[in-house]
Amino acid sequence: MHKESELRPPLILGDKTWHDITEDVCRPVESKANKWWWLAFSVSSAALLWWVISVSYTLGTGLGVWGLNKTVGWAWDITNFVWWVGIGHAGTLISAILLLFRQKWRLSINRSAEAMTIFAVICAATFIVSHMGRPWVGYWPLPLANQFGSLWVNFNSPLVWDVFAISTYFSVSLVFWYTGLIPDFAVIRDRAKTKMSKRIYTILSFGWVGSAKNWQRFEEVSLVLAGLSTPLVLSVHSVVSMDFATSVIPGWHTTIFPPYFVAGAIFSGFAMVQTLLIIVRKVLNLEDYITIYHIDMMNRIILITGSIVGVAYITEFFIAWYSGVEYEQYAFINRATGPYWWAYWSMMTCNVITPQLFWSSKLRENVFATFIISIFVNVGMWFERFVIIVTSLHRDYIPSSWAMYHPTWVEAGIYIGSIGLFFTCFLIFARVFPVIAMSELKTIIKSSSEGEKKKAAKHSNKSESHA
Amino acid sequence: MSASPKKFVYGIFNDDEVVLNAIGSLRKKGLKVKDVISPFPIHGLDHELGLDRTRISICAFIYGMTGMSLALLMIWYMNIFDWPMDIGGKPSYAFYKNLPAFIPVTFESTVLCAAHGMVITFLLRSKLLPGVEPNVIHPRMADDHFVMAIQIKDDSEIANVEAQLKSAGAVEFINK
Repeated sequence: MHKESELRPPLILGDKTWHDITEDVCRPVESKANKWWWLAFSVSSAALLWWVISVSYTLGTGLGVWGLNKTVGWAWDITNFVWWVGIGHAGTLISAILLLFRQKWRLSINRSAEAMTIFAVICAATFIVSHMGRPWVGYWPLPLANQFGSLWVNFNSPLVWDVFAISTYFSVSLVFWYTGLIPDFAVIRDRAKTKMSKRIYTILSFGWVGSAKNWQRFEEVSLVLAGLSTPLVLSVHSVVSMDFATSVIPGWHTTIFPPYFVAGAIFSGFAMVQTLLIIVRKVLNLEDYITIYHIDMMNRIILITGSIVGVAYITEFFIAWYSGVEYEQYAFINRATGPYWWAYWSMMTCNVITPQLFWSSKLRENVFATFIISIFVNVGMWFERFVIIVTSLHRDYIPSSWAMYHPTWVEAGIYIGSIGLFFTCFLIFARVFPVIAMSELKTIIKSSSEGEKKKAAKHSNKSESHA
Repeated sequence: MSASPKKFVYGIFNDDEVVLNAIGSLRKKGLKVKDVISPFPIHGLDHELGLDRTRISICAFIYGMTGMSLALLMIWYMNIFDWPMDIGGKPSYAFYKNLPAFIPVTFESTVLCAAHGMVITFLLRSKLLPGVEPNVIHPRMADDHFVMAIQIKDDSEIANVEAQLKSAGAVEFINK
């Protein structure tokens, strides 16, 4: 068995056995929801209802019900799309990249982070659908033979790359997540009390039995999927950034965009993981599994990616001046001092200054402070996309066409509604699915749980005193 | 399938290291250890049981290469052969000149085919599909118990096998 230093903090608190993990993870699935869950569920489904109304109104009447105009032709729709896709990135980073680096602390958080990825990409997709205005012709970006003769999609276009990137990312994330869920569904299946739940979890678990060959293949599949997902996740936000970077709009036409967007995506994704998990660990009594150490580790990632994002903002500004291009220079001066200065400085405060507070280990290990800062980061990253998109567009080359963008209630409804959609999905997930990858977590109990570490320490003390 | 169904004695263990160490010692005594069912992957179990290395990653590579070739073929046909377009004074007349712009879609298609092909192969090879009825030998075999399957010829062997399993650390026996 792999031995681990006693100095490393335990990843599972208390003296847990394998059976305790099963009990603790299955409890939310097997018990009835409390009134707090129902309250949260009602609020988020009410928001979801607002989404349905706003999207129906948009599709029924036309995109004119949004606040877009001739100058600002892309605003909240694409802001929210990029924001949601970015949030999704943390889940893949945790489950794929941390798997390749053999970081054991991923095991308590990967399942819920991957669920977050999937729901976030669904939310992003709703903006693609609604901003088309006519979603019934949504198949146009697909490479299909069509009624216009041999007119194919243009594979030189980043928007076509995006179609491939997002759909691959969504479907591969879903498959990765589901493969990990199969053994855990089998655990719930074997414990099911009623005929109905036995039936449901038998179907969901695909008849899984943990034979040696199955586990051997399972581990290989997980490893290869992690290896495939790692470049995939880095490519997705790079491609999203190229939607902007390959254009000729000052403020968008920036070669720094791909790495800058990827860092920002991981930054915002981890902030969302923190926001969700701080609530989940409390509500579902999982504080022994999602420990302060886990929160600290995620805060370190927020600190480093936040710093990368900060450096990117400053580099962008410097290069705009250094380029000597007047239009480029004006785009950036206008960002910081023009009519949208408040958006720019909200972004700078939330994304550059607040994460720097995490240099203090006291704040990193403080649950309340982490929660507040994670909200700041979520807000800041939303403003980042808004600033990049709207401030670059609203004052274009001819001053006579300069305009301001004002969102309407419909756009607000779609945005808040998408948050409702996200939380509705997540709340259902927390009651029906095992929120911790228990089968995988059981593999580290002997090396990394508090109880086993204490036993090992006692043992080594004894052998020292004998010597 | 053979005419007479195979008979097994199942030894139930409650520790991963005990079950791992038991395989070698029981085999030395002539027992046919066929499989170990565990609630989580045990490191080194496949080696101890003498299983072949899984070739599923080779499959993934082949699926990935297929995905890449299909994507390149599709892009070449649509944008170069069938309907070349002149965009911004940069005509798509030669495949190799446009290749850099075709990399993203080619890459995504490679990953798409590799990932889905591999997972579908995994599910089919392991006979995992919705509706498959699992063979649950012990109610806690997915929770915290380990099941070792020993193949026997006839019922006369049961007593001996159980005694051997007990000495190797098994806590319970089931024979079907």
